[in-house]
Amino acid sequence: MVNWLRRPASETQVTHGQRLWLYVFSVIILILLVIPTFIVIPMSFSDSQYLEFPPETWSLRWYRHYFGSEEWMQATRTSFMAAFLTMLVATPIGVLAAYGLHASKLPHVRAAFVLLITPMMVPLVLVAIGAFYAYVKLQILYTMTGLVLAHALLAIPLVVIVTGAALKGYDMNLENAARSLGAPRWKAFATITLPQIRFAVVTSALLSFLTSFDEVVIAMFISGGDNPTLTRNMFNALRDQIDPTIAAISTIMVLVTTLLMVLAQIFGKNKTG
Amino acid sequence: MHDRCGWQGCPQRFHGDLAVTNTLSDALPITVRNVTKTYGRVHALDDVSLDVKSGEFLTLLGPSGSGKTTLLMVLAGFTRPDRGSLKFGDAEMIRQPPHLRDVGMVFQNYALFPHMTVAGNVGYPLRLRRVPRPEIAERVEKALETVQLAGYGERRIDQLSGGQKQRVALARSIVFEPRILLMDEPLSALDKKLRDRMQIELRQLHEKLGMTTVYVTHDQREALTMSDRIAVVNFGRIMQLATPQQLYDQPDNKFVADFIGESTFLDVQRNGDTCLAFGAPIKTTRPVPPGDNLSLMMRPERIHLIDGPPAPDDNVFEATVSDLVYQGESFLLYAHIANGPEVAVRGAIRGDTYASLPKPGAPVRLGLHAADAVIIADEGR
Amino acid sequence: MSVTDMNAAGLRRDEHLERLKLFGLSSPALLLVMVILVIPVGWLFYVSFIGADGTFSLENYERMITRKSYGRIFWTTFEVSLLTTGICILIGYPLAYFMAQLPPRLANLCLIAVLLPFWTSLLVRTYAWLVLLQKNGLVNNWAISLGLWDEPIKIVHNLNGTLIGMVHIMLPFLILPTYGAMRAIDRDYIKAAANLGASPRRAFWTVFFPLSTPGLFAGALMVFVLCLGFFVTPAVLGGGKVIMVSMKIVSNIELFVNWGAASALGVVLLVLTAAVLWIASRFVNLERATGGGH
Repeated sequence: MVNWLRRPASETQVTHGQRLWLYVFSVIILILLVIPTFIVIPMSFSDSQYLEFPPETWSLRWYRHYFGSEEWMQATRTSFMAAFLTMLVATPIGVLAAYGLHASKLPHVRAAFVLLITPMMVPLVLVAIGAFYAYVKLQILYTMTGLVLAHALLAIPLVVIVTGAALKGYDMNLENAARSLGAPRWKAFATITLPQIRFAVVTSALLSFLTSFDEVVIAMFISGGDNPTLTRNMFNALRDQIDPTIAAISTIMVLVTTLLMVLAQIFGKNKTG
Repeated sequence: MHDRCGWQGCPQRFHGDLAVTNTLSDALPITVRNVTKTYGRVHALDDVSLDVKSGEFLTLLGPSGSGKTTLLMVLAGFTRPDRGSLKFGDAEMIRQPPHLRDVGMVFQNYALFPHMTVAGNVGYPLRLRRVPRPEIAERVEKALETVQLAGYGERRIDQLSGGQKQRVALARSIVFEPRILLMDEPLSALDKKLRDRMQIELRQLHEKLGMTTVYVTHDQREALTMSDRIAVVNFGRIMQLATPQQLYDQPDNKFVADFIGESTFLDVQRNGDTCLAFGAPIKTTRPVPPGDNLSLMMRPERIHLIDGPPAPDDNVFEATVSDLVYQGESFLLYAHIANGPEVAVRGAIRGDTYASLPKPGAPVRLGLHAADAVIIADEGR
Repeated sequence: MSVTDMNAAGLRRDEHLERLKLFGLSSPALLLVMVILVIPVGWLFYVSFIGADGTFSLENYERMITRKSYGRIFWTTFEVSLLTTGICILIGYPLAYFMAQLPPRLANLCLIAVLLPFWTSLLVRTYAWLVLLQKNGLVNNWAISLGLWDEPIKIVHNLNGTLIGMVHIMLPFLILPTYGAMRAIDRDYIKAAANLGASPRRAFWTVFFPLSTPGLFAGALMVFVLCLGFFVTPAVLGGGKVIMVSMKIVSNIELFVNWGAASALGVVLLVLTAAVLWIASRFVNLERATGGGH
């Protein structure tokens, strides 16, 4: 160990020992980054109202409360449905947009790209109250349609950026080869390009799902009535008091996210990879 | 539907607009007329016209940026020119999209589909044409045999070497029996030994299959080895279109003279029907071209050292040796012509001739046979 | 007219048609953005100039200047954003540097740890901090048992708690571009500096650091802009004491149904965001940072 400390750590011959503070610091920060996400898991099994760690008595009471509450279950169904639909809407629209902008040589491409990124740049609150205002007029307030459209709006910049980056690193000659062999552009895209950017597309789909599932601010305004989302209810509960049921819900959300990421890895990897 | 084999009436099967089989004996001629392509103020292609004979192996040769690749892309359909006409046989193709042109194409970096096997790649064009499965397997195997990759069908692309990838790309481009083959510097990524061998193989393949082939390269040696005719391209124009021998022996302009082989140029002055260099007339068997900016082309292999009395048809130049370089099988002697440029002389080394060559500083007499004296008028700009 | 002249017109048409068709692939996305974002926000812009009596008025904007509470809100927003960005830089840069020095396998592992918060719900993370920082939460309990302090201190429902939460949320946004820029630095530059006589410290400050600043800048900018408009974390962890512009907008709608006031605030927030982005674009190619452009 002492020997390792004396060995050079980089091209400038500075040693590991001299950098020890950096290593310790970084490890601490990394731990701090990860812990809060996972700390809710054991806490959710605590029997007390105050969420102890480690829990003094283990129990499933908060889970029972969650699954037993029609209100929470309804909100959960709404959130899953909205997220799923958002994924179905935003991914194709975003992938096609990314491809179209990548392949088109019109000078307006840059402007269009900027326009597609704006939902990420505009403050979320503004988007939320804008959507609220518009939905009242369009009479789609508190509907699934309105919610999905707004969430798709948020997801599209992510899809465009992720897919766009993959397309940039992709060799268009593969598509050209397919076309020279007799495939029209759309077929070349579907049979050759799409399989090659599979990982980006699956990642985009996952990002779209999560963007909708986790979204709070917009849901606060335009989901409600019959269709409140999980996050909306959670947020309201948080503002009132620290309801431990939220710990149970959080745990489930973390598990769902992890499961989706694993699925994305499985379906996204290229066959030759 | 455009008329394909009209003048030969060969049997054809079509799926949609794509030919499924062709009789290989009816390769198509290519007719290019007045093709222009500008990007802003740059003329990538400047009113180019070209005739490729049926079954011919024609190379587009030029430096990077010359327009040779752009022209190939116009033939393939990936670059749309501003104007012009393009015919494969009798059919006007200039407005056809790439997937309806029925040409085979080999790309510089092979462009093999990574998510398919070798057989998947080679069979792709046949699947597009709805060829029945057993026939696909048969034709894929035949194509692989033709490029000497028999049995490689189940291999994955990332398991192949550069040369093997090249052959798969080739197999894929000929499996549907196109009558025109386009190749974009296909050998540039291979190492020298492999490249030399592939040049011969490609040439043999062409002779066996007989399809009209347009080949793009910047390597003049490659072009000279493989082509029936070469179109030397620069500045978006064809500088000269001729057989390798004609290009080497009778270049039309300085650019071609310097691009094919090497040469030095000596300014000469017109004197009626002949030329003068340092006041003395140049002996040449070739006609003097019209124009004022005349140069004498001097190729290193054609200049010889004069030892004793010069032959009657020799042009003689007095010079001083400036450098002598040993190159194994040959030597390079640099000599400064009195009141003229420095020229290179290349000769074979036999026995101990190297020791008897004049050393730097020594005077030397250079000779150029009248038959090798070529006068060039055009700058080639 | 010769054949080639005729082709020219047709070729032009073909080219234009193809470009339009490709561009058209992005039209559903563009339409969505126009209808749900551009038009409503444009409408809000208009609404912000309408007073309580329904006529054109600047009262919504005047209120921001005259009422002290608004001034405090803007100040708080800037304070929180600047502090969060600063802390993120101080913590994130060394971490990114550390990761950039690691061999690829270990670096990827760390990258997963950094990206993990990204994938987890914002609400879950905020809630986690709420639980951790509360009076008898983990932090207080452990600190007391370790002897760091005697009585539970208030580290949530105030500025500190808000900052802790926001730094945790924002760190990945800073680390990723910075790490990316660092990874892209050619090691040969450092070797050259060392070879020319620079000490490790000198080599770092004069060669490595300047080359990493574009990534750092992009990350810091993203963090700052995101903080300006942030709502959830300050709302939950601030305990009502940390009021940011976004929260005021929400309360204006939810409590007072004052669209004029809310939209005026929103417009100001938007203009501020745009101004910050514009200033930044003078220094750094933003397109490359977000992966856009050709």
